[in-house]
Amino acid sequence: MPKRTDISKILILGSGPIVIGQSAEFDYSGTQACKALKAEGFEVVLANSNPATIMTDPELADRTYIEPLTLEYLEEIIRIERAMSPSAGFAVLPTVGGQTALNLAIELADGGILEKYNVHLIGAQISAIKKAEDRLFFKDAMQRIGLDVPKSALVNNIKDGLEFAGKIGFPVIIRPSFTLGGTGGGIAYNREELMEVLARGLDLSPVHECLIEESVLGWKEYELEVMRDTKDNVIIICSIENFDPMGVHTGDSITVAPAQTLTDREYQMMRDASIAVIREIGVETGGSNIQFGVNPSTGRMVVIEMNPRVSRSSALASKATGFPIAKIAAKLAVGYTLDEIPNDITRKTPACFEPTLDYVVVKIPKWQFEKFPGADESLGPQMKSVGEVMAIGRTFKEALQKGIRALDTGKRVGSGKIEPKILTQRLVTPHPDRLAYVQYAIRQGHPIKQIAKMTSIDPWFLYQLKEINDMQLELEKHPMESVPTEIVREAKRMGFSDGRLAGVWRLDGKGGQEKIRHFRKKHKLKPVYKRVDTCAAEFESFTPYMYSTYEEEDEAAPTSKKKIIILGSGPNRIGQGIEFDYCCCHASYALREDGYETIMINCNPETVSTDYDTSDRLYFEPLTLEDVFAICEHEASTGAPVGVIVQFGGQTPLNLSLPLKAAGIHVIGTSPESIDLAEDRKRFGKLLEELDIPQAPGAMVTSPEEAVEAAKKIGFPVLVRPSYVLGGRAMVIAFDEDSIMQYMKQAVEYSHDRPILIDKFLEDAIEVDVDALSDGEDVVIGGIMQHIEEAGIHSGDSSCVLPAVDIPEAQLKVMRDYTFKLARALKVIGLMNIQFAIPRECRDGSSTRPSGAEPRSQADSNSKVYVIEVNPRASRTVPYVSKATGVPLAKIAARLMTGRKLREFLPEFIEQAKDLDTGRCFYVKSPVFPWSKFPGVDTVLGPEMKSTGEVMGVADNFGEAFYKAQLAAGQKLPTQGTVFISVNDQDKPHVAQIAKRFFELGFKLVATHGTADLIENSGLPVDRVYKVKEGRPNPVDLIKAERIQLIVNTPHGPDPYFDEKAIRRAAVTARIPTITTISAARAAADGIAALQRGEVKVQALQALHAERVAKL
Amino acid sequence: MQAILALEDGRVFRGKGYGAKGECSGEVLTNPEIGNYGTNPEDNEATRPYIEGLIVREFSKVSSNWRSQQVADEYMEQFRIPVLADIDTRALVRHLRDNGVMRGVISTLESDSDKLVAKARSIPKMDGTDLAKVVSTNHTYVWEMGERSHLPDEVVGVKDEPPRFHVVAYDFGIKQNILRKLRGEGCKVTVVPAQTPAEDVLALKPDGVFLSNGPGDPEPCTYAVDNIRRLMGRQPIFGICLGHQLTGIALGGKTFKLKFGHHGGNHPVKQLQSGKVEITAHNHNFAVDPDSLPQSEVELTHMDLNDNTLEGMRHRNLPLFTVQYHPEAAPGPHDSHYLFKDFVRMMEEFKG
Repeated sequence: MPKRTDISKILILGSGPIVIGQSAEFDYSGTQACKALKAEGFEVVLANSNPATIMTDPELADRTYIEPLTLEYLEEIIRIERAMSPSAGFAVLPTVGGQTALNLAIELADGGILEKYNVHLIGAQISAIKKAEDRLFFKDAMQRIGLDVPKSALVNNIKDGLEFAGKIGFPVIIRPSFTLGGTGGGIAYNREELMEVLARGLDLSPVHECLIEESVLGWKEYELEVMRDTKDNVIIICSIENFDPMGVHTGDSITVAPAQTLTDREYQMMRDASIAVIREIGVETGGSNIQFGVNPSTGRMVVIEMNPRVSRSSALASKATGFPIAKIAAKLAVGYTLDEIPNDITRKTPACFEPTLDYVVVKIPKWQFEKFPGADESLGPQMKSVGEVMAIGRTFKEALQKGIRALDTGKRVGSGKIEPKILTQRLVTPHPDRLAYVQYAIRQGHPIKQIAKMTSIDPWFLYQLKEINDMQLELEKHPMESVPTEIVREAKRMGFSDGRLAGVWRLDGKGGQEKIRHFRKKHKLKPVYKRVDTCAAEFESFTPYMYSTYEEEDEAAPTSKKKIIILGSGPNRIGQGIEFDYCCCHASYALREDGYETIMINCNPETVSTDYDTSDRLYFEPLTLEDVFAICEHEASTGAPVGVIVQFGGQTPLNLSLPLKAAGIHVIGTSPESIDLAEDRKRFGKLLEELDIPQAPGAMVTSPEEAVEAAKKIGFPVLVRPSYVLGGRAMVIAFDEDSIMQYMKQAVEYSHDRPILIDKFLEDAIEVDVDALSDGEDVVIGGIMQHIEEAGIHSGDSSCVLPAVDIPEAQLKVMRDYTFKLARALKVIGLMNIQFAIPRECRDGSSTRPSGAEPRSQADSNSKVYVIEVNPRASRTVPYVSKATGVPLAKIAARLMTGRKLREFLPEFIEQAKDLDTGRCFYVKSPVFPWSKFPGVDTVLGPEMKSTGEVMGVADNFGEAFYKAQLAAGQKLPTQGTVFISVNDQDKPHVAQIAKRFFELGFKLVATHGTADLIENSGLPVDRVYKVKEGRPNPVDLIKAERIQLIVNTPHGPDPYFDEKAIRRAAVTARIPTITTISAARAAADGIAALQRGEVKVQALQALHAERVAKL
Repeated sequence: MQAILALEDGRVFRGKGYGAKGECSGEVLTNPEIGNYGTNPEDNEATRPYIEGLIVREFSKVSSNWRSQQVADEYMEQFRIPVLADIDTRALVRHLRDNGVMRGVISTLESDSDKLVAKARSIPKMDGTDLAKVVSTNHTYVWEMGERSHLPDEVVGVKDEPPRFHVVAYDFGIKQNILRKLRGEGCKVTVVPAQTPAEDVLALKPDGVFLSNGPGDPEPCTYAVDNIRRLMGRQPIFGICLGHQLTGIALGGKTFKLKFGHHGGNHPVKQLQSGKVEITAHNHNFAVDPDSLPQSEVELTHMDLNDNTLEGMRHRNLPLFTVQYHPEAAPGPHDSHYLFKDFVRMMEEFKG
């Protein structure tokens, strides 16, 4: 069936902010859908609250709404879009935006909005979504088609849960209905645990319902990716086998494609079942993911669940096979059938086929429990990883070892002795480091059978690990000088990295890997590159999507075109996420347009950068020196000029810049030396001195004693952190000597190469982020972002606003001046990010103005501006600033790196020394936190970043923009109730005004004594509470009693810091918004006023940008 | 153990040998990881594996599957089949793709590659070779067993029900799953040797005749073509693979050798009437040229979407249909099982 002609406009729903369980994979799928539908001539409208995505780039849709993904805002988007084209066939595609989009589709349907505006759903119908998502319907459906499922019952109270568990026996699995990534799920081994997990699950389920299920713990777990079209053609794209058995969420499992231990008989039975499932559930078009459990001793197969949409697994399957599931799903949704769509890679054959793999793909999750001390690190049915890597090898062994090195964990498997009791526990309980313990157990000679019994990992996988270990032992027998080349060749074929080989021969330090590289070179051991082609070489492939392996034939002969290699950012991490992928993609797009051959290296399957059509060539490879260098060498072998971009992928590629340069690779843009200089405390401090730029006093230390000494000299509080990290890893604020000692002794590793930095913490300050473009001579500031959280909170965790709302012009000017000076001094070519702190002096009174944007004109000579840090690279805020200004910063930066000049792109801004313009609107960025995944973890914010994603709120006033950002981040500001206010001395002059504002909005006021006195003096009624340390009732009691709906708390000093922590913890648990600056408090009041008026206003990004272009 | 593959065009791959020591020759196919799940008797499709040798990138020394009874290495040794492992099989596939299917020799005995290349060149070509009569059964037998689930104690199908139809199946190299499928559809199956005369088949009083798959070139099998001509219209006929090609010739058509044959379990085949696509298992190097068939008598029913070659046909007037691929698919997807039901329906209608 050809394309549907009854539809001309399609609204694509995005997945919102990056959270655990819903990550960049939906940017990948959404982007593919946008591109595919636009190419088909549809008018594409996009709604997503996440500004860091490629999909929200204005070119990808006709209208892009960066708005909260709630029913009200979606209705307004639909209303406007319907009004724009009253008679158009209008449809919503909800299957590429994860669970968020599916849930929204249900809300839109149930709320009658689809009907009201005559909008169709495409991709999946409501009945199918409900059948797949509602566990009871699903179970019935499976039984109807004769498929086995684990025994289960839906319960909505504890009593029924206990009764059913008694019947089927413990352990049981608890799965809350309609939550993402298994949020709130768990395993209970006894009644007590069941009561606890079930209570939490019922609370988190929007429908207050949980499934209690027979445990299939330890069974083998498989997934099949299935596609169906309107003609009922069904194909299987990929089979995935989990290394970790049932019981660990598939997002937290190491997974392998294709399935390794199924015979054809069993596989075909699973295939038949999948086809029956997709038909029975009634997914008419598109992709679905179906999970199976198989009893390893009897072969009994049960259906676990299905997702009637593209998923994390389908992104993985797309990258694993080369079959673009989301793109094809979008085309199927508009009426095409599989046989009508060509396979991009072979061009000659249709998409209606089942890909064949002649390689093995391994995915390994990335966890970051180090960011969440106190979190339960055991793995279960609720996903906890923040990212993943994928590796491709010709064998499982090779792929696994490549994946392990791609993880970029920085730590090796411990060589110390492990107590047998601890080892057993580590093997039995799934845990992020379990693989390392399995390897240890194998090395210690524990029999595979025994390890298999303890871990329930399939013995086949364990034997593979054993073969790797045997190779390690074999290598250790030979000194490097006399090792037979054939053995090293075999080790490389098994995926041993140069680093690991260096370890075998104890070649520590920087030179070790280099020695191995030279050894390989001497013996002609170098990787070749094979193509991922969907068909195991049966047909010729046209898409250069490559992986390395040690084989005979290379099939990726490099061209002699001038080329740029872009290093991606690797697995998503807190602090190094999708924003960097956005920058890498933009670099590729821009340089491709400029006639370069663009080459992407990355190992993260969730991303747009690893889509095979983002760059001219894609190497799906770990971002290690060995792998990157080999590709550079390969690409340069034709004599073609090769430049490498390291500044877009975050810290991972940045760490490679000096070693790459030392190995003779041409790094373009800001020089590796400048990047290094900015990280080197001493040299950078000297540079600031020379430039006459003030910096908070600080020191570099390498021992606890030095640290205490330095802190005393600088004066508490101090900010303590290691050098060379991103996302504020292991960064803390210390108020006394004890905490410094503790930090130095326990928290981090340091050395003379990597000292600890100690800086004066500028407590009562406004923090500011500046992103700028520079070609080494001219500089243009992209945005001056004012943080609207208190100082000391990592910039990634702080809400911020563009343009700055109440920073005096004089200080803006100082910041511009410093930015220019630093860009020139560091010879920045590309992007740079600077963080400033503007301390407030008591007497300056700089925040007395009501909210608004007009820059202050009076000079404010009392205030100094301090530089906190400078990063001569793309920052996390680049996509946000680009969306706010309509200027693609990363694209321009990439072009500057190839030698083009800023004057070509932004002449008027250089001439008038203007910052990029944000027009009449305010753009607020707010972070999103993973607290619900880590119950019991300290929710206090600090200098170490903890947020996983971000959202943007846009409005023509700061208040509404703030309110929208909060809402999009899942924090709804209240329209009535009680506001608790506690402010520090500096903020006291403004408190009466803030209190009055909330009072007029109908709020009751509660305050601590000092603040309450001021409010009372201004003639307003206020209730009093004690500070947390003083006694009770205190704010925490009120929060717990649900007597407070909003918190305004601007603390400073050690005591309020303590209060603030206690209040923040309680507030997060109770989901009460907490505001920590006066600016944000004003904004909140404005936002609440707008909310009370019932205003729901949306604006398309393209229209906002067009206004500005018109103005120019 | 070292092993070498030498191709007739002179290309040589060196790897490791598993399975049996020795030497073998034939046309060349490959697979990347083999042996992971071992072997078991229920999945066997014949009394012994009909390959001369096996070439893999990684040959698993251990197996893991709840039904596995024997690791692949022992299994291959038992049947005296040498295995060449650890070679760049993808390079080999690309070589065959670009240069067409060719003859090769695997040896764990000879290390002089020139000698092996010469040997490869001396192997008889498959074109013009009648292999069907070589692999066919030499006696007539009755097949009794229906389909079995691989799950313990569970039999799918109607093993114990009395059969409703009697099918005579020509064995040109028949796979056991075909017999299981036919039995599962309620047919008693009598398997006869490839060269059994049509009259002897009719004497068995069948309700239908099945023409099996098999290796080699269909053209030299003139006896089979003659028999099919004599059976056409007398009884309903269902043919697959070689049976399809022989029927094509019997209907006046021509066959030709594909540049590289169809192998594997992922070929999209379109049913021309409904437009639906089935994913099918293929294993053929020859194909029937659709233009050579008399359009007035023959309706084309199935086409391969990858290269648009003919995959199925039906006689417009007589009870006869054939497909080029393997609807019994073992290994392979089950999308085409409906064809066995179609055959049964055809026999029902013919019986009246």
